[in-house]
Amino acid sequence: MDTRFWLIQTFNGVSYGALLFLVGSGLSLIFGVMRIVNLAHGSYFLLGGYVALSVIWATGSWLLALPVAAMAVAVLGLVMERVFLRPLGFDPLRQVLLTVGFAFLLQQAALDIWSGNNFDISPPAALTRSVVLGGLYLPLYRVFMIAVALAIGLALWLTMEKTRLGATIRATVDDAQMARGVGIDTSFISMLIFALGAFLAALGGVIGGAFLGIYPGLDFEMLPIVFAVVIIGGMGSLGGAAIGALLVGLADNFGKALFPEVSYFTLYAPMALILAVKPTGLFGRE
Amino acid sequence: MSMAGTRVKVLAVVAALAAIALIVPHTGSFVILLATRALAFSILVMSLDILLGYTGLASLGQAAYLGIGAYTTAILATRYQFGLGYDFWLVIVLGMLGGALLAVLFGMLAIRATGVYFLMITLALGQCVWGLAYRWNSLTGGDNGINLPQRPKFGIDLADEVTFFYVVLSIFTISLLIMYTLVRSPFGRSLVGIRERELRMKILGYNTWLHKYLAFVIAGGFGGLAGVLWAHTAGIVSPENVVLTTSVDALLMAVLGGAGTLVGGVIGAMIVFGLREYLSTLVPWWQYALGAVYVLTIFYLPTGLMGIPERIRRRRALLGNRRDSKELASVAS
Amino acid sequence: MTGLLLRRLGRTLLGGCFALGIVPHPLAAEELRIGFVAPTTGIFAQVGKDMIDGFQMYLDEVKNDFGGAQVKFLVEDEQAKPDTAVTKAKKLILQDKVHMLVGGLLASSGYALAPVSTAEKTLYVVPVSAADDLTQRDLPKYPYLIRTGWSSSQPSHPFGQWACDQGYKKIAAIAADYAFGYEVTGGFQKAFEDCGGKIIQKIWPPIGTKDFGPYIPTFKADADATFTLMVGPMSLQFPKQLRASGYKKPILGGGTSYDEFVLPSMGDEVIGDVSALQYSAALETPKNEAFVKKYRAKYGKVPSYYSETNYTSAQMIDEVIRKNGGKFPGAEEFIKQLAAMKFDTLRGPVAFDDMRNPVQNIYIKKVEKKKMFGYDKEELWNAVIKTYPNVGQFWTYGKDTFLKQPVYSRDFPPCKFCE
Repeated sequence: MDTRFWLIQTFNGVSYGALLFLVGSGLSLIFGVMRIVNLAHGSYFLLGGYVALSVIWATGSWLLALPVAAMAVAVLGLVMERVFLRPLGFDPLRQVLLTVGFAFLLQQAALDIWSGNNFDISPPAALTRSVVLGGLYLPLYRVFMIAVALAIGLALWLTMEKTRLGATIRATVDDAQMARGVGIDTSFISMLIFALGAFLAALGGVIGGAFLGIYPGLDFEMLPIVFAVVIIGGMGSLGGAAIGALLVGLADNFGKALFPEVSYFTLYAPMALILAVKPTGLFGRE
Repeated sequence: MSMAGTRVKVLAVVAALAAIALIVPHTGSFVILLATRALAFSILVMSLDILLGYTGLASLGQAAYLGIGAYTTAILATRYQFGLGYDFWLVIVLGMLGGALLAVLFGMLAIRATGVYFLMITLALGQCVWGLAYRWNSLTGGDNGINLPQRPKFGIDLADEVTFFYVVLSIFTISLLIMYTLVRSPFGRSLVGIRERELRMKILGYNTWLHKYLAFVIAGGFGGLAGVLWAHTAGIVSPENVVLTTSVDALLMAVLGGAGTLVGGVIGAMIVFGLREYLSTLVPWWQYALGAVYVLTIFYLPTGLMGIPERIRRRRALLGNRRDSKELASVAS
Repeated sequence: MTGLLLRRLGRTLLGGCFALGIVPHPLAAEELRIGFVAPTTGIFAQVGKDMIDGFQMYLDEVKNDFGGAQVKFLVEDEQAKPDTAVTKAKKLILQDKVHMLVGGLLASSGYALAPVSTAEKTLYVVPVSAADDLTQRDLPKYPYLIRTGWSSSQPSHPFGQWACDQGYKKIAAIAADYAFGYEVTGGFQKAFEDCGGKIIQKIWPPIGTKDFGPYIPTFKADADATFTLMVGPMSLQFPKQLRASGYKKPILGGGTSYDEFVLPSMGDEVIGDVSALQYSAALETPKNEAFVKKYRAKYGKVPSYYSETNYTSAQMIDEVIRKNGGKFPGAEEFIKQLAAMKFDTLRGPVAFDDMRNPVQNIYIKKVEKKKMFGYDKEELWNAVIKTYPNVGQFWTYGKDTFLKQPVYSRDFPPCKFCE
């Protein structure tokens, strides 16, 4: 286990964490603002990938696929929120179950539309090379994932901290009733956040698609992992999502590399333990 | 609930059970098979309902207890040739014990959490059990699963589908009875109290943690029982039994039928199994039908199917009130 | 899909009867009910579809007529869950009164259906489930079972020999952490070490792993090549990630690693990778060429081994029924006859050993980018570079010697040379 091993594994863990942050940040925001546990988040991720595939097949452009897929799923998220979730009001259990019901429906629909073959998203050739740094092969695509996560994270943070919109969102997260009291249109904020969450998840799906593949079942496979990120980091906290993603990415990576025997538990055991000690997650508020 | 109302409900359930007992054996082997599966799984759903409908804890990891019961049965049957005769009843006890012990362990980690965190922690623990079932090849056979040699024989041969159906129905009825007595007991009532206003219960001096913990353990025990029966219905136990979607299924069935009603779980199970395994032999779009049933129920029938009579009653009362107050108003003026 | 199939079949049956003007048989045309169990929903739905399409293609070619018997093809969805498979199988047997069960995808489904066939005394033809012990140590429990596909370690044994012949001395193995992975790898390890090679590392990523980042840096640098067994989405990601990490040495794969089910979605990074299986869509025989062209025209994809093995199974069933004048001779007699016959199939000549598993060609295939069968695009194909004929499930070991050793598992063969 020389330094190269540790460096590469850290790099791998960070890049995986970057992808998880993309998907997890949306989920964390959705919970923070609306207290909704969106079990269809994995489906958004997968649908993002599928839509991207269709765009690539139709136009050959991977660059175009990114925004198109993300927007398309954002619209889907919007519709789901307005038509199905809003009328339920604050009822966590029913929200959970409704989103699960949708997850099943979306899975079947995806199967019918795109077939069940295993697909791979091919990024532009420039990104498939590896950069050699000090004898270490760093796949450029992983670097790309880290870059995107940083960019998005920065954009989100700036919006939250420096803009009025961000302030209204933070107010709604902290105390929705008070926010309404001072005239903030919380239902608009909710809608916006849900769409944003779906957008980010789908973006994660397109980017992750080149890394994980696109196939039926990926939605439910991603779900527990993304939830681990958000739970560990704490619901509703963007910074928490970032830390959580980093921790999960590193723990999973190092866990599998050093203790491959317990590969199945490197994700869940720490999650269960952290929750047992601090049920609202590391940075969560309740 | 009025005494008369309760009695009506109880009579309805008894009648339904009797009807099932009499009609099903004459419907053809496939329906008998489905009914047996639904009844065995219902025990798990009912155990979940104790947590969900009465204590207010939604768990996404109940399949773990089904798994313990099922794997215990399978391992005893294949390795030790145990449980295939009169000792079947001992295996039932062991299955329940296994489920309860696992819940004792998991409960210590989970009960501190509530709401969505409880959901997540039970999910994580359930996934750990799945990982174990998958990985511990020497014990569980890994993904190949364990084939049970045969159904138990003790005077009666459970290999006969009809006989097995009756045995499962009886065990189910007894479980229902026990759980019913439980929820109507002071303990059960305090669980409902915790669901409604935990803070108030704490102030009143109840050890809410202990109450929830006990409910969790009891649910685990019945989950184990369901597992024992489940192992024998299919004759094979595999990690598929403890996969996340199994827990989700149980949750959905409980809500579909009506949380907090116990028998709602059976109705939910019958509908889902009917759709999934019967409709699927007839039409290819059954997945959409199932998804639509979930979404529509959650949307329009939050109290589930069992809640329909209550909603009708309330509607009628509301209309009645309005009429009365209108009359009063006209009289007063 | 089931309803549509049934309706379509009904019409085909009727049409076929009239159109063929079959040689008048003294008794009315007998109906042969085949119960097919495959996942048609859920994450394995596409594999199930390939299985059904393969079988259906054969039925269409003979217009559902097996030597005078009208075939009724009843498909039930097992959802890749063993207990659902059992329920559907029982329905097919008890309610639909099928003459035989065919199918099951995963090892667990195979293991779930086998006892049902024994309990109900119904013939069970296994085209896909490759679990070794189904036709080895567990066979005596299943007198009504016969396998027409392959056993997991069957192609691995000659592959191990081939690896020695290439001059490889040390190989690192990485395979999906489940029984299928153990058996394919175990077979390779045994044969490779018996001819002088050494497996110096064994890594088992959990099934469903797509990020091999944690594992790749731990590969031993002194291995001459990597042996891998991946399925489904794992097959897509692993070679890509391995090559991106700068790995230049050869990759040897188990059959499902580069099977045509995943090959079309792979990129040029897999050119040169070698694998072993009893079928390749690039097999250059007139029979196979016709099959591939027809299948692709009809279903829009190159057939995978899932399609081929079901097509071939349908063919085998047909030939046995034909031999019996269009009548089903009962499960035991059917097995006896099937096991005694030799078949000329898409994958080459196939016979059976006395443990009811096929004896067939094993093809060592290499991924090449070229034009084949008259298609005008260059595509990835598994070009056959060597054929090992008459390979049975026990290779050269002899049945009794082989059965004395335990089934291939994580720890067997033991990793004597692991560093």
